[in-house]
Amino acid sequence: MSVTSASPSHDRPHWLALDRLGVLITLILLSSFLLPFALFRANRILLGDGLPLLASMQPVAASVLLLALAFGVGAALLRLPALIKLAAGFGVLTILFIAMGLSAETLMPADNNYARVSPAAGFWVLVFGLALLVTDALTRLRLGPWTRIGILLGVCGAFWALLWSGLWNELSILKEYANRAPAFWNEARTHLLLAFGSVAIAAIVGIPLGILCYRVRPVRAALLNILNIVQTIPSIALFGLLIAPLAWVAANVPGAKASGISGIGVAPAVVALFAYSLLPIVSNTVVGLLGVSAPAVDAARGMGMTWLQRLVQVELPLAFPVILTGIRIVLVQNIGLTTIAALIGGGGFGVFVFQGIGQTAMDLVLLGAVPTVVLAFAAAVVLDAFVELTSRGGRRA
Amino acid sequence: MKPGLLLRVFALALLIVLLVAPQAFRDFFALFVRPTQPPIYTQGNLLDITLSHLMIVAIAIGLSTMVAVSLAILVTRPFGAEFLPLSRAIANVGQTFPPVAVLALAVPMLGFGTAPTLVALFLYGLLPIFENTLTGLTTLPEDVMEASRGVGMTGWQRLTQVELPLALPIILAGIRLSTVIALATATIGSTVAARTLGEVIIAGLTTGNTAFVLQGGLIVGVLAVLIYDSLSALEKWLARRTGRLTRADA
Repeated sequence: MSVTSASPSHDRPHWLALDRLGVLITLILLSSFLLPFALFRANRILLGDGLPLLASMQPVAASVLLLALAFGVGAALLRLPALIKLAAGFGVLTILFIAMGLSAETLMPADNNYARVSPAAGFWVLVFGLALLVTDALTRLRLGPWTRIGILLGVCGAFWALLWSGLWNELSILKEYANRAPAFWNEARTHLLLAFGSVAIAAIVGIPLGILCYRVRPVRAALLNILNIVQTIPSIALFGLLIAPLAWVAANVPGAKASGISGIGVAPAVVALFAYSLLPIVSNTVVGLLGVSAPAVDAARGMGMTWLQRLVQVELPLAFPVILTGIRIVLVQNIGLTTIAALIGGGGFGVFVFQGIGQTAMDLVLLGAVPTVVLAFAAAVVLDAFVELTSRGGRRA
Repeated sequence: MKPGLLLRVFALALLIVLLVAPQAFRDFFALFVRPTQPPIYTQGNLLDITLSHLMIVAIAIGLSTMVAVSLAILVTRPFGAEFLPLSRAIANVGQTFPPVAVLALAVPMLGFGTAPTLVALFLYGLLPIFENTLTGLTTLPEDVMEASRGVGMTGWQRLTQVELPLALPIILAGIRLSTVIALATATIGSTVAARTLGEVIIAGLTTGNTAFVLQGGLIVGVLAVLIYDSLSALEKWLARRTGRLTRADA
C-alpha cells in the first residue's frame, strides 16, 4: 500500500524546492532555542532554573543533537519523498530523547536525591515540531491499517527500550515513578480494568438496546433523549451522585457488599463510565443498522431468512464497522474520564494527577497524565485500524 | 414541540430561582443530607459561581471559535491547501487527549487558577469547531460555487457572502458540541482553583454531602441542556434559511 508521493530524486528542481510546511516546522524548531531546554530544581516542588540547550549537556552530546536538528530541518525544508521525511523525523526524535536523558545525567549532582531535572518548554517545542514532521509524512504515505499498528508497536518498543536502558532514570518523572513503582502498576491495572470493563459492559448492554431502538421507533426517540441528557451531566457530579445510591445498595441488598459494591471506589466509577458509554454505542448501533442497504436486506428476506437470521447474518455484520466506531469513541473517552474516578476513590492514573496537583508536584502530575494520553492514543490508532479492516472486509464480502 | 418548550421554560425558571434564592429549595435538598449537614451550599454565592463558570466557558469557546474558524478558512484556501491533510491529522490526534490531562499539563506552564482552565477549554474546544468548519467549507454545493464564480465575485466576496453563510449551521453545530463539552469540563477546573461550579461538587465530594454534589451537577446539567437546545434551534433555523441539512438532524 505504500505510495511514494514525490517523484524520484534525480528530478533535481522538484526536490530542491521549498516545502511550505517545512518552513513552519523550521520556525518552530528555531523558536525552541529561545526557550530553556532543561529545568533544574533543588527539590521536587520548588520553581526551577531553566537552562538553554548548550548549558544542559556535555559539548559532545550538544553538538550531536544540534547536527541532528540541522539534518531534521533540511529534511523538513526540501521536498523529499515522505518516507525519507518520516525516517528523518523518527531519527531526530530518538536522538532528542536520548539527549534529554544525557542532559539529566549531566545536570544531576552526585549523591543528591532531592534535586530534579525535567524537560523544559524548549524540549517540548522541539518534540512538537518533529512530531509535526512525522505526522505530515505519515498522512502523506496513507499507510494501511496493519502498517499503522506496526509503526505504533515499533514506537512503543523504542520507548520501552529507552526506559529499560536506564538512560532516563535521572529524569524527574522517572524519579517519581521509582518512588512508587508498585503503586504505579497497581493503578495502571485499575485504570485499564475501569476503562475496558465499563466499555465491555456498555457494549453488552448497548448493542441489544440499539437493536431494540432500531426495531421499535417510539423507544428510539425516548431512549436516545435520555442518554443525551446523561451525557450533559458533568463527570465529577455523576461520580458523586452515584455514591449515595450505591452506598444504600451495599447496605440493604443482601450479597451486594460481599461482591464489592460500595458507595465509594470502583463501583460508582464503573456505573458512571458505563452511563457515559451507552449513548455513543446505542446511537452508532442504530445508525449502523439504518445504513444497511435495503437491497441486501431484501435479498436476505427473499432467501427466506427469518428476522433473527437476517439480523445476525446480514444486518449486524454490515453495521459492524459503524458499531465499532462507537466503541472506539467510547474507549478513548473512557480512558480519559477514568482519571476523574480517582476523586471518588476509584483509583487509576488520576490518583497521581490529583496527588500531584495537591502537592504542586508537576512531575507527579505527568506520571499520571502521560500514560493516560499514551493509552488513549494507542487505543485510537488500534481501533481506527480495526474499523478500516472490518469495513473493507464488509465491502469485499 | 410545544410541551418540550414549556418544559424548558420551566427548567430555566427553576434554575433562576435556585441561583437567586437557593434557600427556597432548602427542604428539597435536605432530603439528601444527614440532619447535621447544611443542605444548601453557602461558602460562596451560587449565582456568582455560575456566572464565573459561564464566563470562563464563553471566553474559552469564543477564542476557540475565532482561531478554529480562521485556521479552517486558511487551510481551505488554495495557498493553504498543503496544510489540509496535516491539520486534519492533528485534529484527530488532539481529540484523543483527555481533558483532565490537558488541564493537568497546562498547570506546570501557567500555575494554578483560571488560566490553565481557560487554556484547556480553549484547546479542547478547537477541534470540534475546526472539524465542523472544514466539513462545512469542503462540502459546499458545487453549482452554487460555480455560480458565485460566474457572477464575478472575488475570493473574499465568495468567502464572506457565500461560503461562510452556507457553512454557518455546520460551524454552529461544532460550537454547540464544544460548548457542552466545555461546560462539563470546566467543573474539573476547580481542582486547579478556577472558580467554577466544580467547587460546589468537590465540596460535596470531600465532605460526603450529596446535596452539594446534586446542586452543582444539576446547575451544570440544566445549563448544558438549555444551551444545547437553544443552539440546536438556532442551527435548524439557519439551516432552513440556507436550505442545508446539519449533522444535528441525523
